[in-house]
Parts: sequence; structure tokens; C-alpha cells
Amino acid sequence: MRRVAEWATTATLAFVVFLVLASFTGRWGVWAPDELLAGGVIALLVGLATGRFAWSRGGWRLLEPQRWLLFLVYLVGPFLYAMARANLDVAWRVITGRINPGIVRFNPGLRTDFGRTFLANSITLTPGTLTVDVDEGSGDFFVHWINVKDPLPTADAVCGPFPEWARRIAE
Amino acid sequence: MIVALPFAAAGLAMLGFILVCMVRLSIGPTAADRAVALDTINTLVVATMVLLGAAFGLVVLMDVALVYALLSYVGTLYIARYLERGLS
Amino acid sequence: MNGLIYAFLAIGAAFNALGAVALIRFPDVYTRIHGATKCTTFGSIFSILAVAVYGIAQGGGAGGTMAVRAFLALLFLLLTNPTGSHALARGAHRSGIKPFRAVVDRLEEVGHGHREVP
Repeated sequence: MRRVAEWATTATLAFVVFLVLASFTGRWGVWAPDELLAGGVIALLVGLATGRFAWSRGGWRLLEPQRWLLFLVYLVGPFLYAMARANLDVAWRVITGRINPGIVRFNPGLRTDFGRTFLANSITLTPGTLTVDVDEGSGDFFVHWINVKDPLPTADAVCGPFPEWARRIAE
Repeated sequence: MIVALPFAAAGLAMLGFILVCMVRLSIGPTAADRAVALDTINTLVVATMVLLGAAFGLVVLMDVALVYALLSYVGTLYIARYLERGLS
Repeated sequence: MNGLIYAFLAIGAAFNALGAVALIRFPDVYTRIHGATKCTTFGSIFSILAVAVYGIAQGGGAGGTMAVRAFLALLFLLLTNPTGSHALARGAHRSGIKPFRAVVDRLEEVGHGHREVP
């Protein structure tokens, strides 16, 4: 039963992605009927191939719509601001050449794979930090920090409010 | 063929940046430096393809850019795995 | 609408140039990954947003297709770029490259054997 549910969900998601990709290409209306047929068959095959490992370890919770809404808010709000600041920071360091790098370790207290991936990607794109390694057992992050202020930092000192966002969106 | 001029100019500028990255690709002291340069070039190529697709009005170029983005990502992951522990 | 497109194109070109310069100028692999990933992701996002706005402004079937493809390319870049650079940084550290003038290297102290690679 669980297998079937996984398979059906993955196939539906793949079909939605296909619908987005193929929109506006139909001769009449938005989609053409033969394309829809081909997309449906391909979506079923994709579900068959990837349904088994797409939803392991708490993946079902990512289907809740308020998480997607929160993700959009995060994307255009704090994330875009942090990314712009990161780029200006890189520009400043390119011009002055002033760096003080090091690899620090901290624990943001995230448990699921999705949350950790989300936080690692956010860290890589925000000011002065780059995820080098993640200990999958204890959840420790090893982050290359371009301007080390504190050799034993807290999660808050390195990446600000992002662990909280990651917890709310992906855990 | 209609060319939207600003997009073509931006695409040409992007090709210039790719040439700058190729300097690092050729002089990079370690294999990791070259891999980073290649990753950067891949990103710039995707952006260039999208810009040129808008410049020439060819949506096909954007499809190519999508597929290129996914395949170059897989290629980067394989190179990183190779750096990590050799060909195994 | 035209002003928005020009602004996006200018921002995109400027930050892509910054990424290329950072790749040349920074002293070691990790700082190069910093500069290259952040700046080219940001610059490419704005370049592609310009194309998306252009597609929306054009309207109709061709413009709509263009906008949808541009948004999908943007999403792929946003998801795959940091992951790829993280993999490269990890591979570089495991192949034994030390960070340049590092004041602290906790990963070196812990060692890479803190867990088995599956």
C-alpha cells in the first residue's frame, strides 16, 4: 500500500513538472493532447523508477502547502537579501584582498536529510560561508568561513536565522 | 532573423567572462582549481544559452540550456567524487 | 518594462564579471569556490530573470514558453549550483588541499574518518 502511494505521488509530481515544462506549446489551447499522453506515460515510468527513495525519512512532510508558501516567502525575503549582501561582500574582498579564512564546526540541531541539505545550500549562497562537510551521524556542519571571528562559533554567529527557517520549512 | 540587441550584447559579454574563466582552467595549480573553473564555466554557459535564445527568438536553445544544466551538474558531482577517492 | 530588462541584464553581467574576476584573484580553492559560486549564481539568476520578463512582456505562445523555460532554468541553477560547489569543496578537502593561511581547520583535526562514505 505504501509502495503504491509513493509511486502515485512521485508520478503525479513528475506529471505536474511536465505540465509546467510543456505549457504554451499546444496548437489549440495550452497543451496538445498527444503531448499530454506522452507526458503521462513518462511520468508513470519516472514514478516507477524513483518512487522508492524519493520519500524516505520524513519526506512526506514536504508536501504540506504551508511549507511551500513559507519557502516562497523565504526565497524573496531573507534569502535574496542575504545573497545580495554576500555578493557585495565578495566584491569588497576581491578589491581589498582582505581574508582571514578557516574551517569551523558547529551544530545547528537539524535532524532530517532535507533540512540539512536546505541549510547547507543556504549557507553556501550567503555571506562569507561555504559548507565543506556534514557529519551525517551527529549533524555537525564543517563550514569554510572567509572571515573567522570566533574559532568556536555558535550556529547563530555563522549563519544567523537560517537554521530556524530550515527547521520551519524542511523539518 | 530578428535579434534583440541587448540580449545579444549580454551574451557576448558572457562569452568574454567565459574566456576569463578559461585562464584559471589552464593555469590552475591543482585539479580542484580546474574543476571549480569548469563548474563556473558551466553556469555561465547556461546563462549564455538562455540569453542567446532570447536574442534570436529560439526557444530550442533554452531547452538545450535546461538539459545542459542538469548534465553539467552530474558531471561536476562525478569530478568531485573522483577528487575524493580516485577512479573507483 | 524595458528599463527593468536593462537593469536586470546590467546587474547580471556585472555580477558574472565579478565571479570571473574572483576566480582569477582569490588565493586558494575554497575562496575561489566562494567567489565563483555566489557571484555566478546571483548574476545568472538576474540574466535569466531578464529573459523571463522579456518573455512575459512579449506574451502569446512564444513569449510564454520562453518565460516558463527561463524560470525552470533559474530553478535548476538555484538548486544544483550550491550542491555542486559543496561536492567540489568536500572533494578538494579529502584530496588533501589545505585552506590558504587558515587560522583554524576543525575538519582536519577531526579527520575524514568521522564516518564511512556509503
